[in-house]
Amino acid sequence: MLLGKVLAEAAMKEDKFITWLPSYGAEVRGGTAHCMVVVSDSEIGSAYVSKADALIIMNAPSLNRFKARLKKNGLLIANSSLTGDFSEKNARVSACPFSDMACALGNIKVANMIALGCFAALTGIVQPQSLREVIREIAPADKRELVTVNLAALEQGIKLM
Amino acid sequence: MKMKTKILISGNEAMAEGAIQAGCRFYAGYPITPQNELTAYMAKNMPACGGEFIQAESELAAINMVYGASAAGARAMTSSSSPGISLKQEGISYIAGALLPAVIVNIMRGGPGLGNIWPAQSDYFQATRGGGHGDYRTIVLAPSSVQEAYDFMPLAFDLADKYLMPAMILADGMLGQMMEPLVVVRRPSAPSEVEGSSVVRGRNTEDEIRTTKKWALTGCKGRPANVVKSFFMKEGALEIANLKAQKKYRAVENKEQRWEGLFLDDAKIILVAYGSMSRIAKSVVVQLRQEGKKAGLIRPVTLWPFPRKIFEQLSRKKKRPAFFVTEMSYGQMVEDVKLALECRCKVDFFGRSGGGVPTEGEIIKKVRLL
Repeated sequence: MLLGKVLAEAAMKEDKFITWLPSYGAEVRGGTAHCMVVVSDSEIGSAYVSKADALIIMNAPSLNRFKARLKKNGLLIANSSLTGDFSEKNARVSACPFSDMACALGNIKVANMIALGCFAALTGIVQPQSLREVIREIAPADKRELVTVNLAALEQGIKLM
Repeated sequence: MKMKTKILISGNEAMAEGAIQAGCRFYAGYPITPQNELTAYMAKNMPACGGEFIQAESELAAINMVYGASAAGARAMTSSSSPGISLKQEGISYIAGALLPAVIVNIMRGGPGLGNIWPAQSDYFQATRGGGHGDYRTIVLAPSSVQEAYDFMPLAFDLADKYLMPAMILADGMLGQMMEPLVVVRRPSAPSEVEGSSVVRGRNTEDEIRTTKKWALTGCKGRPANVVKSFFMKEGALEIANLKAQKKYRAVENKEQRWEGLFLDDAKIILVAYGSMSRIAKSVVVQLRQEGKKAGLIRPVTLWPFPRKIFEQLSRKKKRPAFFVTEMSYGQMVEDVKLALECRCKVDFFGRSGGGVPTEGEIIKKVRLL
């Protein structure tokens, strides 16, 4: 959810049309959640994504649930720490152990920012600089130390590609 | 002084902020998905503006608190989602009967019954036909973006104050939950957007209420007492009150029809959709135009009064267009389209409800079959 929000905020900085639609309702803490982000140069019709250009998959249940929603030869970025090894014929797969890398950085929660850096580098949809600015802006005032580790994670993701 | 900022915000939160900017200083609500962010935003931000936030013990209590606050002259509102709005109907009827303004937000979810929490547009009949008992109407506005979710709040309050009747914002779970960029304009005290209205959006101070809402229950020292009620026992009294209300409703029907049109000049097939669905319909129309098909779009902005005039006008053209209505329901607004066209044009319909949203692909397929 946060990954999608940072992406959406960054695209908004670049004056693109964006929508961000969360999964809501009967979600559980620690369970699986998702969000759908549309980034466009023109007005957006549906915020609901039935066929996606790209999927960023952070765990195994999400891979099973959403892989059929990817367009043919779409981009599939996966967190192999939690999905394990897999093959997907009709997708351009980029699988990296984001969770393990995040642990090495000292905070497992920044796995999402590594994945986001990876996505930005591969697609060029948003500029890394916009993402950096958003990360600096959205960190709560009493938790500024989170900025450093999230920025480090983003840079690592960008360098992966 | 105006301040402009662009923020990323959900439809629910945009409505709450829009209401506060519109001078709403009383909110009462009871939690229900998918509109909780609105209530939460009010809980957090209303006290800072000197307003009242109350999490009521039930939907019934919340709407009746709004009834009371409105009678005292405050800009008052409540919000809920479909099953909760059903519970509020008795109170809405009383507010309409007492000729009071109020704003009610319905972030529709799947029904009937407890239904589910996914987006739907199945409460159209309830919203546009009054909803509760008795001969009354509510003004119904249907935003289709987060920006409109914000912009329509002051409009709803202005219309409610001008006509002294409840105004409803009818949106769905998708618009409530979705985040989009919103350009926020902070106006410390802006004049009413509604023509002929004396209302100034402000701080709801007692002096302001006394001068702008002469009917309000502000304490009658030095003036005759005001009476706010929806109970008329004297023979003939209720009929007189009802006729007065009906006259007002006719005026609203004449003056307040709002809609947006796209490619109507040469359109042979006109899609009709409101709220979230109108965005999907708009994408379909743009795609059909690219294929060389003469498609157009009417997006009703007021659902009551329904924008009959544009339909009447188009149906009297020499080359009459055909209409295709699409909704997240099994066919509710389509009835108003047919009433407005009076059998002069062909009308087709496609809808889904109960969590499913008609997709661009599905709609295009249906339109091509015509």
